[in-house]
Amino acid sequence: MMTERSPVRVHVYLYATLRRFHAGAGGDHGAEMEVPDGTSIAGLYRLLGIPEDQVKQAFVNGRRREPNYLLRDGDRVGVFPPIAGG
Amino acid sequence: MRFLRVKMDELRVVAEEVPEQYRKLAGRGLTSRLVFDEVPPTAHPLGPKAKLFIAPGAVAGTAAPSSGRVSVGGKSPLTWGIKEANAGTPVAQSLARLGIKAIIVEGEPMDGRYWMLKVTKDGTELMPAGDLVGKGLYEAYAALKERFPTAGFIACGPGAERRLATAGVCFNDTEGRPSRYSGRGGLGAVMAAKGLKFIVVDGAGTQPVAPLDEELFHKGIAKLREAILTHGVTKPGGTLNSYGTAALINALNEAGGLPTRNFSSGRFEGAARVSGEHMADVIHERGGHGTTGHACHPGCIIKCSNIYPRPDGTELVSCVEYESDWALGPNCGIDDLDAIAEMIWHCNDLGIDTIEMGVTIGVAMEAGLLKFGDAKGALALFDEIRKGTALGHILGQGAAFTGRAFGVIRVPTVKGQGMPAYEPRAVKGVGTTYITSPMGADHTAGYAVAPEILSVGGKADPLSAEGKADLSKAFQDTTAWLDMSGYCLFIAFPILDIASGFEGAVESVNAVLGTDFKVSDVASFGGQIVGWEREFNRRAGMTAAHNRPPEFMRYEKLPPHNTVYDVPDEELDRIAGV
Repeated sequence: MMTERSPVRVHVYLYATLRRFHAGAGGDHGAEMEVPDGTSIAGLYRLLGIPEDQVKQAFVNGRRREPNYLLRDGDRVGVFPPIAGG
Repeated sequence: MRFLRVKMDELRVVAEEVPEQYRKLAGRGLTSRLVFDEVPPTAHPLGPKAKLFIAPGAVAGTAAPSSGRVSVGGKSPLTWGIKEANAGTPVAQSLARLGIKAIIVEGEPMDGRYWMLKVTKDGTELMPAGDLVGKGLYEAYAALKERFPTAGFIACGPGAERRLATAGVCFNDTEGRPSRYSGRGGLGAVMAAKGLKFIVVDGAGTQPVAPLDEELFHKGIAKLREAILTHGVTKPGGTLNSYGTAALINALNEAGGLPTRNFSSGRFEGAARVSGEHMADVIHERGGHGTTGHACHPGCIIKCSNIYPRPDGTELVSCVEYESDWALGPNCGIDDLDAIAEMIWHCNDLGIDTIEMGVTIGVAMEAGLLKFGDAKGALALFDEIRKGTALGHILGQGAAFTGRAFGVIRVPTVKGQGMPAYEPRAVKGVGTTYITSPMGADHTAGYAVAPEILSVGGKADPLSAEGKADLSKAFQDTTAWLDMSGYCLFIAFPILDIASGFEGAVESVNAVLGTDFKVSDVASFGGQIVGWEREFNRRAGMTAAHNRPPEFMRYEKLPPHNTVYDVPDEELDRIAGV
């Protein structure tokens, strides 16, 4: 018998040059999105149409995670291109 | 190249041949060695035995890209230890083109007046500073520009005239604004204490600095240029060029390390409204004189500076940097970019350090003088400083002094210097730099943020204490060499990731300075510079107790990660050589 998969709701923030990939995700409040259970960070990029070579890194709940990290319900995801400063 | 020794008690300038032991030093390497050799470590920073040293970096004034950097050194009235503060400015290039390896300012005038030094290719002249004394630096620089149209200007502002430990040394930007600062540590007050108000640096009629080895130089700068232009951070249209350093606001906020409301949290609900992204939107919407992608000196190919406009498009201030934005913004609970920009203008005009002022206002808010988030109230504090009221004097002496005056415990300082825009409890490597650097709480001195937050030069977990002492030390040592090179510190981002860029930077320095550094030994040389600085501090009376975090950071858990600063004391002592 197949177990039912529950929806995974994540809060996505896209920063700097990545803002254009989802208008809602670039502002103050980011964008609430529902993704299929078992979606990784890399999978999220694919869903949003973000080319992987434009992304430097992602933070989930304030911690840097690798692209194969599986998203969980309630996660806050921040995605960045190469960024630096002083 | 020569030293210009400005003897303020005799009111004359002596051009000196550079002694052998200084010939292969420049920038911070030179200023720190000169402080070590010429300033008694127990001297009063504002007293007759104090000296001020100004030295362009090794490749400043050559055709090297992004190389308009100058170091100012002395004993700091803020930390009472050694200080080097670094600025990006065309003046760095003019000093080098004029053949000046260092300006050494010593003694103090008998008459208690302020003086102006003029330096041209034909010689030097000291003259009274006259009615420019007491004026805000925007007015002073405009007047100086009219009088000396081909020159650049070094100055200390009204804050320095009041001997405030927040007073920096001001340099002009590419268009002549008083906006590029050797800001940290109160060296402006040292300059004022020596009776020197302005240095007019006129490079007219000079040629670019010629390297000793032209072929090696051109080979080196080509490799470095390639690295800068291809790396995601520094390339044209990359984040530094498009958003400036304030792109870090959202990054640190996301990582939970953006010090908020006087270091009481690592995340600020108003961060997006003061972010580099929002600022770029505002600048482009308002148009007029606003712009991103501005260069602080000719020949910079990164161009991370900006000009922030008023709603009507007229210029408000250049430049809104990450540090200034954070200090006067999130650290004070303020989310109004226009108010932040106006406070930066006041800092530039008074000649005081934006970082120290922001941390100070945060402490004042903690003390209850005004509420967190009160932008109007924060702006009004600058009037106190301008008028020289008792409160103005307290605030102008910085965060530690203000904390003492009002009995505040949460005072985020090390060696008396306010912490910059990274929370030590959430970004432990740079926190370790704040604690162990001879400079006091200084982020540029050992920017472990690169691997900890930005994934540049590797990856390190910012929330882990493990390995952070060694990480900080490695950054501190290499950075001391970079601070000597004359290059903008931001070349570190491409050269940490692109080996040929690092090789090229080293080759170009060797080609100009006559040294034979290799990439593998710059950290060791930089470590020697840091060693002189540590020894000066030890002789000045600093002990292991000065290399400690503020006590509250060891027990107060910082949200959102609920961590404390937990790199052990033994680790701090091990790398600080105590």
